[in-house]
Amino acid sequence: MKIDGQNGCSNLERLIEAHEFVVTGELGPPKGWQRSDVERKVELLRGLVDAVNITDNQTAIVRMSSIAAGRVLVELGLEPIVQMTCRDRNRLSMQSELLGAAALGIRNVLCLSGDHQKFGNHPTAKNVFDLDSMQLIQMVTRMRSAGTFQCGEEIEGGGPPFWVGAAANPFGDPFEFRPQRLAKKVSAGANFIQTQLIYDLPRFKEFMKRVVDLGLHEKVAILAGVGPLKSSGMAKYMRDKVPGMIVDEYYISEMEKAVASIPKEDKKARNAAWKERGIQLCIEQIREIRQIPGIAGVHIMAVEWEAAIRPVVEGAGLLPRPVLS
Amino acid sequence: MIVAGQKPLAEIKKMLGDAERILIVGCGTCVTVCFAGGTKEVAVLGSALRMSTQLDGNAKTIDELVVQRQCEWEYIDPLLPELDKYDAVLSLGCGVGVQALAERFPNKRVIPALNTAFMGMPTRDGNWEERCQACGNCVLDKTGGICPIARCSKQLLNGPCGGSQEGRCEIDPDVPCAWQQIWDRMNSLGLQEQLLAVEPPKDWSTSRDGGPRRIVRDDLQLPAEYRD
Repeated sequence: MKIDGQNGCSNLERLIEAHEFVVTGELGPPKGWQRSDVERKVELLRGLVDAVNITDNQTAIVRMSSIAAGRVLVELGLEPIVQMTCRDRNRLSMQSELLGAAALGIRNVLCLSGDHQKFGNHPTAKNVFDLDSMQLIQMVTRMRSAGTFQCGEEIEGGGPPFWVGAAANPFGDPFEFRPQRLAKKVSAGANFIQTQLIYDLPRFKEFMKRVVDLGLHEKVAILAGVGPLKSSGMAKYMRDKVPGMIVDEYYISEMEKAVASIPKEDKKARNAAWKERGIQLCIEQIREIRQIPGIAGVHIMAVEWEAAIRPVVEGAGLLPRPVLS
Repeated sequence: MIVAGQKPLAEIKKMLGDAERILIVGCGTCVTVCFAGGTKEVAVLGSALRMSTQLDGNAKTIDELVVQRQCEWEYIDPLLPELDKYDAVLSLGCGVGVQALAERFPNKRVIPALNTAFMGMPTRDGNWEERCQACGNCVLDKTGGICPIARCSKQLLNGPCGGSQEGRCEIDPDVPCAWQQIWDRMNSLGLQEQLLAVEPPKDWSTSRDGGPRRIVRDDLQLPAEYRD
């Protein structure tokens, strides 16, 4: 991608259009201003994924701006998917930042509601939610396709060429509404979807069956969210404490089995065994998910464990990543 | 109704500062119904302040009064002749009541004893819940009579976020997910199809975002030449 911000379209878009099975990763910007923190993570992801989500004050904790970190990726030749939440900005700020993002060579935007600030490090902050994620999708796709701002005025020089993503959570309730909500995101203009982390395959398969019945997989590229587990404690934490997540008993018992013969005191060996099993389970999941009709790729989330991406992608047979001429 | 809760006694005392003669004014409307600023609460706060200031070695003169509605001139105007006797008025009205007293009595310090919380209703004994944010452009027809602006933590207009699970909001297991409630209600009405259309960005100009609001009704005003 050219870094002058004037040319080039999304590589992710081109791969999806070429019907490649795409792989995206995730990079959390640092809780500081050191560019080297971003650069270090870039090297752990380079060549392994087609594009990388840059989180936007994830879990409502202040971090380097996703657009600024995204620009670092552009300069280093790795394609960013900049996340934008509705929590921290109104429609004026969103549009102005999006124009800036396009000028900086960013081509993918993922539109999210955003975690409530109650979870973060500024729980006394005022939230915005001028728009919701659906309306944000609609606004960005209209900026691109109609070349207009949300108010209807024309954007000078035409619309910014964004490939627009959205999230879907098959594990949130009401379950009946979830495929329909995905349909709404498609009609709002979303080009690709990344799902919540999947640790309940039967429910995900049921969700996808409904999505395919609605014909949505033909209109939008659906990337299944996966991630390697680090320990049985992490699996239980996600099961019990993370709203909107379901973790099947299978994953907890498999993670427990992995360390069953290792004494509790030997933390090093337990961690190594957990990580190895976590990576294996993730590979197993990707293989099974690839068989589900309607899946266009995987989105691998390895929170603060970017080093796990290589063994996962390699083990799942997803290397080398395709390069389009 | 407007729902409020009383501030801690220590905070009230701090706000009163060196005022020696204090008139507590309760309100007989919303804050009476939510047990925050009616006759009983005025009496309890009055006693607490008398005892507490006495224990501090600086007993203050505390008088008590309740008006029917602190937010209407006709109910608060009769207080005016009394006010000379006091250094400060401690209002147990909502924020509207406090401001009505301050506006009518420009030379008197008016201090709030309540935190005005929300517009809502009692849902069971000792529980009040928010129901309306006064956005100025009601959407309840589209959401089965359940307000996503007041009751969804993110004010979403197009369905639940990813944090809704088993009917609960992601911010707190004790908070019901408004969108689960809306979905259930629209289903029971056979109207769930209505939730499938994308709701466009809301016009917030009728909400607080448009600046302080007012309603003017010409039909209820005397023609200019007849006004006092």
